[in-house]
Amino acid sequence: MIYLDSAATSFLKPPCVAQAVVDAMHTVGSPGRGAHPLTLAASRTVWACREAVAELLGAYDPARVCFTPNSTVALNTAICGLYGPGDHVITTALEHNSVLRPLYRLEEQGMELTILPADETGNIDYEDFARALRPNTRGVVCTHASNVTGNTLDLGRIGAFCGAHNLTFVVDASQSAGVLEVNQQAVGASVVCFTGHKGLLGPQGTGGLSVAPDVTLRPLVVGGSGVHSYDRRHPQDLPEGLEAGTLNACGLAGLLAGITYIRDQGRENLYRQEMKLAQAFVNGVRSLPGVTLYGDVDAPNRTAVVSLNLGEEDAGEVADVLAQEFGICTRAGAHCAPLIHEALGTSARGAVRFSFSHLNTPQEVAQAVDAVADLAGRI
Amino acid sequence: MLRKPQLRLVITFHTTAEALRTEQLARAAGLEGRLIPVPRQLSAGCGLAWSGAPETEKTLRLTLEGAGIQAEQMAQLTI
Repeated sequence: MIYLDSAATSFLKPPCVAQAVVDAMHTVGSPGRGAHPLTLAASRTVWACREAVAELLGAYDPARVCFTPNSTVALNTAICGLYGPGDHVITTALEHNSVLRPLYRLEEQGMELTILPADETGNIDYEDFARALRPNTRGVVCTHASNVTGNTLDLGRIGAFCGAHNLTFVVDASQSAGVLEVNQQAVGASVVCFTGHKGLLGPQGTGGLSVAPDVTLRPLVVGGSGVHSYDRRHPQDLPEGLEAGTLNACGLAGLLAGITYIRDQGRENLYRQEMKLAQAFVNGVRSLPGVTLYGDVDAPNRTAVVSLNLGEEDAGEVADVLAQEFGICTRAGAHCAPLIHEALGTSARGAVRFSFSHLNTPQEVAQAVDAVADLAGRI
Repeated sequence: MLRKPQLRLVITFHTTAEALRTEQLARAAGLEGRLIPVPRQLSAGCGLAWSGAPETEKTLRLTLEGAGIQAEQMAQLTI
């Protein structure tokens, strides 16, 4: 089997990640719940993971790195914790439903929303941010990298715009954390949301958000915190303020191992490796008859995501044949990002997404190119 | 054409859980079929569909009814 679906989850992981999860299951108790050796071991693991995330993402403070089960919960926490009726928020057509749906729900409650359009290559016009400004504009929520095209947004430019207009800035780093440089302080992001199981190479069920010191979020969930048990209200101080309930300490041990691996190998090195594979794939398929590639496939600073269609074939059918006949795992459909498909003109049939990991091999890429060529020859 | 089209019974569902339960029930009943991406003839969205032999329609319909599974769509399609 050839796994080319790393934008969905990093199935290919260094062995240290699974080992760390298994080890933690034998060595840690409940994090932040008491002071016996096993709970302390759990608490230390979780804290080490906060420090590792903070270092990798240029966060302000490890104590303001709060863990959630995934990026969707982190984004809901940030978006619903910051905005409400009467506010105006700007986002883009590149977004995943984990950004769009919380915004749509707030819109139904009286929040105003502007979605900046993308062109047919999946890029936005940065001048649109200024054009979208209103007196009640409170913030910008945007992805760092599209999960469909691999195109990236210039966080530094958007962060500067937010800073100039006193707006909060929420970044969805689901597709970029561990892959591209994400530096919360440098771009002035109020909140950076991340998932653990993609570029950070950790297990599913891990993710979180890093919150800037001047930002206060209403928590989505309240309950057990391990501290202030006689207080009727959930504690406000971070990280516990956004972490009701027992954390996934074993998963976070795996996430810590993933981030440590990235640090030891060098994030830039891993990124270069996977981009080399993605570019080889692009170069192999771009001139095949009937192949349509989407996005800015030759742009610098993109991610190793390549979406395509074959003639007028159903993307789901292409992905199914790739899996059944060639053992190649891809992702077809709308990728939970409907607006970018509208921009690309692929709403009706979606696209087939190939997403690469540094742990893929050139041979696997060559096989994928051969498979696409085979299918292109059938249409 | 990527492969030879065949007439298939295609069932789509409201949830992925229902698709997986259908696979479980069909396997337990020894019915031929497998889960596939939803064909675009039925939906532009994502998700899983059950693709089975057309002659299993009546049996599957009864099986799903018995299990309280309400299919979103059930159609015989050439795919």
